[in-house]
This record gives sequence, C-alpha cells and structure tokens, in this order.
Amino acid sequence: MREFKILAVVVFFTLVVYIGVEPFAHSQMHAHVEGHDFVYDGTADIEEANTRVENTKEALKKAQDELAKIQGIDDAPQEDIVKAQEAIKKQEGALVKAEETVKRKSLFWNNVASIAQLDANVSNGEASFGTCMACHNGAGINMGGVIPPSLDHVGSLYDRNYLIALLKDPAMASNVDHKYANTMMHPMGSVMAMVTSDQQIADIVEYMMQNKVGELEPKAAFEEACVRCHAVRYAKITQLGDTPEFKEEKDALAYKIKVLDEQALVKAYMGKLPPDLSMMIRARSPHYMETFVENPQTQLPGTSMPRVGLTKENYEKVKTYLEEVGDPSKPAREAIGPWVILFFVVFAVLAYLWKKSQWKDLH
Amino acid sequence: MSSRRDFMGMALGGFSALGGLAALYAMKRSWDPLPSVKAVGFTTVDLSGAQENVLSVEKWRGKPIFILKKSADMPSDDRDVIVGQDRYLVAIGLCTHLGCIPAYLPNDKIFHCACHGGEFDASGREIFGPPPSPLVIPPFKIDGTQLVLGEEGPEYIKMKEAGVTA
Amino acid sequence: MAHFDENAKPFSNQWLNDRLAIDTVKRVLSTEYWIPKNINFLWAMGMILAATFGLLVVSGIFLLMYYKPDVNLAFDSVNHTIMSEVGFGWLWRHIHGVAASVVFLIIYIHMLTGIYYSSYKRGRELIWISGMLLFVTFSAEAFSGYMLPWGQMSYWAGMVITNLFEGGSLHLTGLVEWIRGDYVPGDAYLTRFFMLHVFLLPLIIIGLIVFHFASLRLPHVNNQEGEEIDFEEAAKLYKEGKKKESKVIPFSPVFLSKDIFVMGVYFILFFFLVFYNFDFAMDPVNFDPADGLQTPPHIYPEWYFLWSYEILRPFPKNPGLIAFLIAQVIFFLLPFIDRSPNVAPAHKRGLFVIWFWVLVVDMIALTILGKLPPEGVFNTLGTVAAVIFLLMWPILFIITKLEKKL
Repeated sequence: MREFKILAVVVFFTLVVYIGVEPFAHSQMHAHVEGHDFVYDGTADIEEANTRVENTKEALKKAQDELAKIQGIDDAPQEDIVKAQEAIKKQEGALVKAEETVKRKSLFWNNVASIAQLDANVSNGEASFGTCMACHNGAGINMGGVIPPSLDHVGSLYDRNYLIALLKDPAMASNVDHKYANTMMHPMGSVMAMVTSDQQIADIVEYMMQNKVGELEPKAAFEEACVRCHAVRYAKITQLGDTPEFKEEKDALAYKIKVLDEQALVKAYMGKLPPDLSMMIRARSPHYMETFVENPQTQLPGTSMPRVGLTKENYEKVKTYLEEVGDPSKPAREAIGPWVILFFVVFAVLAYLWKKSQWKDLH
Repeated sequence: MSSRRDFMGMALGGFSALGGLAALYAMKRSWDPLPSVKAVGFTTVDLSGAQENVLSVEKWRGKPIFILKKSADMPSDDRDVIVGQDRYLVAIGLCTHLGCIPAYLPNDKIFHCACHGGEFDASGREIFGPPPSPLVIPPFKIDGTQLVLGEEGPEYIKMKEAGVTA
Repeated sequence: MAHFDENAKPFSNQWLNDRLAIDTVKRVLSTEYWIPKNINFLWAMGMILAATFGLLVVSGIFLLMYYKPDVNLAFDSVNHTIMSEVGFGWLWRHIHGVAASVVFLIIYIHMLTGIYYSSYKRGRELIWISGMLLFVTFSAEAFSGYMLPWGQMSYWAGMVITNLFEGGSLHLTGLVEWIRGDYVPGDAYLTRFFMLHVFLLPLIIIGLIVFHFASLRLPHVNNQEGEEIDFEEAAKLYKEGKKKESKVIPFSPVFLSKDIFVMGVYFILFFFLVFYNFDFAMDPVNFDPADGLQTPPHIYPEWYFLWSYEILRPFPKNPGLIAFLIAQVIFFLLPFIDRSPNVAPAHKRGLFVIWFWVLVVDMIALTILGKLPPEGVFNTLGTVAAVIFLLMWPILFIITKLEKKL
C-alpha cells in the first residue's frame, strides 16, 4: 500500500511538471487561432479587421487617459502634453484607417458572394480564360516575383469562392492587401484590368470548375500549390520544380545558378526567401500548419505569405506530401510502437512474477 | 531454490533475449547501405556516340567500367553485348589477378595490366600472364541505345546462365 | 605468486578463480552485497538510471555513425540521413532524445529520494557528492548534445549559455570567444562540443558511475526508516536460512529482481514516449535549421534546466548570475548544511519535512515559470520563487541545528 502511495506522489508531481512546461506553457506562448475549415467567405478577414479596430480603440483610450493624467498634474511640462496629444492623434488616424479596412473588406466579400450567385456561361468563360494563358503559359518565366502557376487543375485544387475573389482583387483574396498599400503592385494585379465585369469572373471561374479539374497525387498538388515560392531540398525540389539529374558538373552548376536567379526574384518580391519546407511538418504543430495555410496572417501577422485558397481535401494532400518528405518514419513508428510496448508489458509481468518468487520467503 | 523460482528467472531471461534479437535486427538494418547509396548503384550509359576501337571508361559503384565498340576485324565472342547492329565489350575494368586497372593498347587491340603483365583480348578474355579468368561483365540492361549498369536485363541473364560473365 | 592449481582445466571455475578470483568478486559485488529489505521502489532508480544511460550509449553509437559535425551538414545529416535514410535511424534518434530528457526526471527523483530519507550524511557524504558530480556532468552532456542537430534551438541555446561565461560586468568577452573558438557559435564550436559529447564527457561519466558505486559499498544503501543495521549480523541470519528474521537481502538475485520489475514498468512509459509523445523531448522549433540572423519568438532551455534558469532570470544581470551560480553548487553542500544528527525519513524529522516539500514545490514552480514568458504575474511569481529557493539554505541550517536527536 505504501508503495502505491509513494507512486501516486511521484506521478502527481511529474504530471504537474509535465502539464506546466508543455501544454500550459505552450498555451501561454502562442495565442489560440481558430480555424475556419477552409471556407473562404471573408469571415476571418473581417473578424481580423474588427479586432484591429478594437485594439486601436483601446490604444486610443489609453492615450486619452494618459493625457488626462498629465493634465491633472498642476505644473505638467508643456512638451509632455503635446506628446500625449500627438499620441492621441496618431491613434485616431489609425482608427479611421482600421474602420475603413473593415468597410472595404465587408464590401469586397459581399461582392464576392454576389458573384457566386450569378448564372455563369461556360463558353463565355472559356473565351475569357484565354487572357489568363498570356501569363499562366507554363513557360516557367518569372513574372513580377513568381513563376505563374499552372492552371491545369485550378478547378479542383482551389476553393471556388477563393478563385472568384482572386480574380476580383488578388491582394484582397490572399489577405495581403497591406503589402500593396503603397506603390508595389500584386504580380497578378493586371487581372483587374483584364477581367472587369462580375459576370466575366463568374464565367471564367465556372469554366475552370468544370474543365480545369483532375485528381492530383499529393506531390503534384504540393508542387502546383507551393513550389513557386518554397523549395524542398530533401526531395530535390526548388522554385523551378524537380531538379533534373546532370552528368556533368558544369551543367549542374549552370542549373544551380538558374535556381539562384529565380530565388533572388522570389526574395525581392517576398522580402525574404520563403523557407525550405523539408522539415516543416515536424517544425510546426498540425493545428498551426492548418490555420497558417488557410490564412497566414492569423499565425504570423504581417507576413508576406499569401493565402493560397486550397480546399480542405487538397490541404490534406499537401500535408501528406510534407509528411512523406519530412516525417517518412511515421508509418514505421506507428507500426512498431504497439509491439514494443506490448513487449515491455509482458516483460514487466514476467519480472513481477520473478520478483514475487524471489521475495516469497522474505516476509 | 525452488524450481518455480528458477523457471520464472529463465522465462524472463528468455523473453528478454527475444527483445535483444529484435534490437540486433534493428542494429543490422542500421548498417545496411543507405537508399541514396543504392540509388546511385545504377548508371546509364549512352552508346550512340561510341567509336570503334576507342575505349571509354565509365564509373559504376566506384569501379571503372570498360566499354569498347568492336571493329569488324575483332572476332565475335559469346561475351559480346549486342546493341542494334554493333558489338561491344562491356566489362569491369579490374584485372582478375589482383585488381589493377589494365590499359588498352588500340594498336595491338589488347588490354595490358601494368602490375603483373597480365593481358586480355578485345573480348576481355585472358591471353597472357597471371589473370585466372576473363574480365567480369557487370549486370546490365539494354534500353534502346542506352545501357543501364546495375540492372539485370534478359541479355545479361542469358550470359550469366551460360557462365560467360566472369 | 600465489598458489594456483596446476591441474585446473583452462577456463574452468578453479582456473579462473586462481587468476581473477571470480567467486570473490561475485560474492563481494552481488551475492553477498547486502541490501536492506525495508525499501520501496524508489530504491530502483539507480538501476533505472544505469539502464537509461546504457540506452543512451547504444543509440548514440548508431547516431554517431551517420552524424556529421559540420555546420553545413549537421542539420541534414540528422534530419535527412538519420531520420529518413538509415534503417531504424529514427528509432535511435527518438530513443536518444527521449532518454536524454527522461534521464533527468529519474535523476531528480533519485536526488529527492536521497534528500527525503537523509541518505547523504553520516558516512554517505561521498555518495551524495559523486552523485552531484554525475548530475553536473550529465547536464554538460545534455547541453553539448543539444547543440549537435544544429537547429534554431541548438544555435540560440548555445549562444545564450556561452554568453553566461561573460560573467556579467566582468565582460569576459575573450573567454566567451575562446569557448566558442569564434565570435558566434560556428564550425569550431560545433566540432568541439561534438568531441565533448561523444568522448570526453561520456568517459568522465563512466568514471564517475564507477566511483558512485564504489562510494556506496562500505556505507551500504540506506533504508526506509533510516535504521542503522548491523550488516554482518543480518547477513549471518540470512545465510543460516532465517530469511524472515534477517533485515537484509543479497543484491543478486533478490534485490535485482525487484529492480528489474520496476525497470519493466518504466520501459513501458519510456517507449510510449518514444513512439507517441516525443515533442516534449525533441522541440519542434529545433526542426528549423540554425539561423544566426533570426531568433525564434520564444527560447527556453530544456525542462530540466528551467529551475536554475528561472533563478537567473528575475534578477538584474550581476545578482542574477551570482544567484545562478549558487543554485549550481548549493546542492553539493547539502551534507554539510544539514547539521542534524538524524538519519531518518523526513516525516520523522519535524520541521525538515516541511522544508522538503517546500523545496519540491518551489523547484517545480521555478521549472514551470522558467518556461512561461516573463511577463506580468509570472514575473512576480518567478522572483518570489527564486528568493524562496535562496532562503531555503540558511533556513535548513537553522532548523537542522535545532533538530533533536531521535
């Protein structure tokens, strides 16, 4: 009995330590991010903008309190008062901007919702789709920062609502509009001049949903969705796709220079070279990965990574591929684990019987 | 000591030994050549540019491979690798005596080993000196005008069954 | 030359006895190495530590064969070659990583057991001191091993810990650069810590383990009641067959059989962690390659260093370093700070039992607070816990001085 009491004490303190340094500490380090189940209707973006309004209001209130406090002091220096007033002005400006953003985002996503309701004409869509091919031509040439991705399976890879939004305003759809507030233009920004009517958008998207479809293997889904920015060196994938085999070192080096040139362009566009994804599946938790891919801003506010608009099914494929590359031992681990544990359960039982027989005559 | 006591100790020991065996298997697997090593165990050689009586040397699994396109005056041999209309000698370029790399003498159309003077003809058969057997033919597969070294194609299997690969 | 039997068959028992005295060795080290009968499963922690160290050595050997101590190759040799190419390479790495973490849990249980049952004094001081030396060497071993995968946590832990050697206001920048062999942790640094991890420190650990065992042989293992046993008398009873009356059991096979059972239970938990819950021991952040231009948003040591890290953190730089240094060495002095004449379990030692549980709770609080972001209430709590830890030692001196002989 005494042994069980001691064991209970040991287990209790061990669990307190474990819960304290693992689940609890991590819950304190990372804010919880709610997923939206890969539905792209703008709810998340508007929520995000509203939060910013709330935060700015709070900051404004703080600045106002600060001013009141300073004014409460009899001989407060004039410069402190001016400083406090400036801080208020700054927050007021930010508030106006934040409120505008909410309005803009709501308007945009309402518009997307109404386009989704339009009756689409597929053959008109096919005709308009030709304009897309000017850039998405498979030539592998960088345009404004990235190589335009293949559209061969665009209808199955991406969410319909997202595609509508993307044709309407690529920066807003990808939730990276903050990046293009000044002079920079989204690499796909020209679409806004080429596809101008809502009907046209509905037609093109309908055409893509019906004709640009196909079942993709995890690797293919990953390459179409991610590889224009991210390399995977453990799978010999670069921003140019699969690395061919070269017999001559000279050719291999020439190819490497092509890769470096492409990476330089991606880097110039994104601000930094997007990370290699070889080990990403183990470097981030499943929840982080899912919410990040769905809406990068939620996990890394201000990041230049755009929302890609993958459907849930295709996100699973991307995840499967990253697991194949970054955690290939998972199947073996899961297959062997139960046997090893069973072995030690039997071992412990046998050892207990042995111990009992050894200690039989002692008490 | 009662027998039951011994029995439990033995049972535990025996069961632990089982676990030990499993661990030994895992350790053995950890010493196996890596997949990346095995993957480069296949070398593809393009024969379309080969010239008669000019020896080309390829590297396969760290060893030199002799590839010699035979000219018409060289006698044919059941060791010849026939690709299209042409006959080739394909052999591991290591003397069967002690493993030096013989040099090809295109005028005499023989291989001469500098270490102990062993000689082989253009079919890779030993003709002089200490070598006990012909140059070894590596596993190969013919794929159009290409040769995949390391893979056993039907032509190689036939040669192996005829006992002429070594 | 001693007498020896000319006619003994080579490698027969007699032949070996004449040369190696194997029967005597066996008797002294196992069959007549007497252990008190009145013990509980906490007495098995030593063997569990030995077994875990064995697992670390074996798994380490297989990692060593494919690991490359080079800043350009280290990360990929671990995460690609070992984790996905080498047959069962992932298993060795998971065993190694989890064992490196769990071994500290067992060390702490082992230490606290020693404190609870007063097993560090009155003849057992050297057991305690050699054990503390093992703790310090294990800490160095764990730290140097943590550098090797050369991920973000490796790099930044290396940066922060080596910076401690700057000595606060002493500004020993030269010393820090000497330790690193570079201005920042780089190639020379990685290679020398690799050497420490796979050669010098394991060598020292093995030597210390032998010393730890040796220091245990004469004073014998303590028991649950702190009772002073006449081992010769008790052994005589046992050998006469009066096992019920005797207070002792032989190390082998009787004590060992219990150890092995406890070990079996421990291995169930251990391998559960290896296969299903390894993130606590293999921080996901360390799967990002080292980047000297970007610090991860949260850096923290492994859990077993957190309590002493938290003693460093709440204070200003210089006092913090001094507090940290005290935390590192104070446990060495335990046998000399404790002035009480009693060897008894804490619950029989009056105020000492309160002291013990306050220590446990305080160290756990420090551990948890050490990982939490140092903000707001956590900061205050951390400071309180650190101050309590430092006050614990003069208090121990006073309460044990007042303790009456039992």
